[in-house]
Amino acid sequence: MKAKIIITPKKAVVDPQGKTVQGALEHMGYTGVAAVHVGKYIEIDLAPGTDQAAAQKAIDDACHKFLSNPIIEDYRLEIE
Amino acid sequence: MNFAVLQFPGSNCDQDAVHVLRNVLGQSARLVWHKESSLGDADAVIVPGGFSYGDYLRTGAIARFSPVMQALRQFADNGGLVLGICNGFQILCEAHLLPGALVRNKSLQFRCENVFLKSPSTNSPFTNKIPAGKLLRVPIAHGEGSYFADAETLAQLQSNQQVLWQYADAGGALIEGANPNGSQLNIAGVCNAKRNVAGLMPHPERASEPLLGSADGQLIFESMMSWLETREKSKAA
Repeated sequence: MKAKIIITPKKAVVDPQGKTVQGALEHMGYTGVAAVHVGKYIEIDLAPGTDQAAAQKAIDDACHKFLSNPIIEDYRLEIE
Repeated sequence: MNFAVLQFPGSNCDQDAVHVLRNVLGQSARLVWHKESSLGDADAVIVPGGFSYGDYLRTGAIARFSPVMQALRQFADNGGLVLGICNGFQILCEAHLLPGALVRNKSLQFRCENVFLKSPSTNSPFTNKIPAGKLLRVPIAHGEGSYFADAETLAQLQSNQQVLWQYADAGGALIEGANPNGSQLNIAGVCNAKRNVAGLMPHPERASEPLLGSADGQLIFESMMSWLETREKSKAA
């Protein structure tokens, strides 16, 4: 079982990396790009036999406290 | 006064801070390793610059959970003076000892240059020796120093006079061109609501001797010393 966490900058936070990548995509001729957001992906391997509901709760807590900074980032957690 | 200068793996301005406090300002200063759980008899704590834990995850995010941070939180809760410089500022924000967060510079560049700082409030333990209207000439050296806080927090910072330093041009104007990293309101440093914890991205410890081109940084440390002396006198009285 793995926990997959996608972290993206909040909309209110200026994302110069996303804007720069967007500019480069446009420069390369890729059309139809409305916006790019550059974030992070974290994958956590869970030990065999881990209870999924308990893991969801614990990792969600870790996302909030440590893996993301809620002032500047949003996160999405999936366990599969 | 007894200053404690914290040391995390990756701190690299710790020795500079100790040098200025000891050799330039004649204070007692000792390094405190991040695994220690006590700050001893410190009157004030400096959280120095650097790249703690390689800036992994986010700047300051991992250092925040070092054992010494619990002692620091208690020290701050008891009214102790804490100054975070550069990475130290990032750590204090991550630890929620200061409001807001520091994100990637708008230019995406690592900026290493001298800036001018305006001190909009001299009513703090960190700015009381700065003459009104004086601009501090100090260097910055960071890639992630763009100050961000939500609109409500920014309004609070302004109404409580918690903005202690702002990037300005040579004439003191808070213009976009003087803002090296895209910080909101040109913010270079803030303090908490209790005014005993402050952080700034620029490096006062690198500008505390005329030989280095500016001694303006001394004013920040001298403010802390003066405030502590006044507090001791009032305790003794």
